[in-house]
Amino acid sequence: MSDHELRISKIRDGTVLDHLPGGSALHVLAMLGIDGSEGTGVSVAMNVPSGRLGGKDVVKIEERELSQAEVDVLSLIAPRATVNIVREYDVTEKKRVERPESVRGVLACPNSSCITNAGEPVETRFDVLDDGVRCGYCEEIIREGIADHLDVA
Amino acid sequence: MRQDHLVAAGQLSRADVEGLLDRAAEFDAALAEGGGAALPARYPETVLALCFYEPSTRTKMSFETAMKRLGGRVVDMGSVDASSVSKGESLADTVRVIEGYADGLVLRHPREGAAKMAAEFVDVPVVNAGDGAGQHPSQTLLDLYTIREAAGLDDLTIGIVGDLKYGRTVHSLATALTEFDARMHFVSPESLQLPRSVRFDLHESGAQVREHTDLDEVLPELDVLYVTRIQRERFPDEDEYQKVAGEFKIDSDTLDAARDDLTVMHPLPRVDEIAPEIDDTDHAHYFEQAHNGVPVRMALLDQLLSNHE
Repeated sequence: MSDHELRISKIRDGTVLDHLPGGSALHVLAMLGIDGSEGTGVSVAMNVPSGRLGGKDVVKIEERELSQAEVDVLSLIAPRATVNIVREYDVTEKKRVERPESVRGVLACPNSSCITNAGEPVETRFDVLDDGVRCGYCEEIIREGIADHLDVA
Repeated sequence: MRQDHLVAAGQLSRADVEGLLDRAAEFDAALAEGGGAALPARYPETVLALCFYEPSTRTKMSFETAMKRLGGRVVDMGSVDASSVSKGESLADTVRVIEGYADGLVLRHPREGAAKMAAEFVDVPVVNAGDGAGQHPSQTLLDLYTIREAAGLDDLTIGIVGDLKYGRTVHSLATALTEFDARMHFVSPESLQLPRSVRFDLHESGAQVREHTDLDEVLPELDVLYVTRIQRERFPDEDEYQKVAGEFKIDSDTLDAARDDLTVMHPLPRVDEIAPEIDDTDHAHYFEQAHNGVPVRMALLDQLLSNHE
C-alpha cells in the first residue's frame, strides 16, 4: 500500500486525480469549481513523495465523475495528471489529460485594459499554445504562473 | 474576403488585401475624376453607425466620408460624455441597441478586444477602428495602399519607428506585412518594444524581423520609414513617458543618410516626430496616406456590406 493511499482512504464512487504537481491541489479544485459546498467528500493530500514528480498532490472527489472537458482543463497546470474514475471501489476508467484548443471561463486576463476586465457580460476565452495560453480577445499571452490567473468563483 | 467583420489584421490574407486595394484604387480613380459625383450611389438605404469611445479625426471623418461617397448615411453616437455610456451602459448593450438602428458599426474603444467582443453580440458588420493598444486594421489597409503606390509590396524593406508597444497601427501593420515579402526593422526605446503577442505572430509566420534602438543602424537600407507618435495617453506613468518623449525626431539631417526614394509615412496626428521641413520633400507621404483613408474605407465598407446582403 503506497504512502498516499495510507493518508487518504479509498472512495466508493467518484474521481481520483493523481500526479498533480506538488502544491497545485487547491488550484486544481478551484479550476474545477469544487469548493466543498456540494456536500460530498473531497480529500486532498499535498506534497506526497513521488518517484516521478518528487512531490505530488492527490485529490479524491466523491460522487462526481469528471468529464473529459473538465479533465482537459487540468492540462494548463497539471499536464501529467492521471485521472481515475472509480465505481464501487474499482477503477473503471482512466482518462488521459489532453491539451484542449481553448478554455472558457477558467482564467482571468492579466491585461487590465482587456475588454474582459471591463465588467462586460462576456466569458473569458483563452487559446491554448504549446507553451502557454493566449487571450481570445486582447491576445495577451501568459506563459508563466498560469495558476495565478485562475478566475473561478 | 468573405468576412462579416474586420476586427484584426490577422484576418486578412494576401489575396484579401490585394482585392481590397484594387477596389480602393478604382474608387480613388473615380473620386479623382468626379469628386464623388462620378460614383453611383451603391448604398442609398444604408446607415452606418459611428461609435467612437476615444477621440478621432481622420478615422472617424474618413469612414463618414466613405459611407457618404457610397451613397449611404451615418449616425454618430457622439462623445461618450453625451451618450448612455456615461450612465454606465455596457458596450455589449450599446452595440445591441445600435444594431437596431444601423446596417454596420464602426467602433473605436479604449480597451483591447472591444471590437472582437462587440462582433459577437451583433449580426451587422463591425469594423475595428482602434481598440486601445490592440489593433487598427482599417488603418493598415490604407497604410498598405500607400506603401503599394509608393514602393510596392514585394521585396520591401520597411522600418517602423516609435511607440511599438502601445502603437496599434504598428501591431496591425506588422501582422499584415507577414503576408508579403517584407523585411521589417523595428526601432524603439527598449521600454517601447513590440508586445509579446505581436512578436509571437511574427515568429510563427517566419517573418524577417530585426529590432533596433538606433535608427541610424538601418535607415540607409529602407524603402519605407513608418514613424509613430509616442502616445502619452497610453502611459500609466508620466515619468515613463518623459524618459522616451522626443527620442525619435525625423528632420532633414536625419534623412541625409536615407535613400533619395525613401517613403516617410505616419498615421497622424504627429506631435514633433517629423519636422515640418520634411513636408515639402518627395519623402513625405503622410498626408497622402491620410487622404487614402476614404477610398480604402469605401472598398472595405463595400466589401463588408455586400457580404452581409
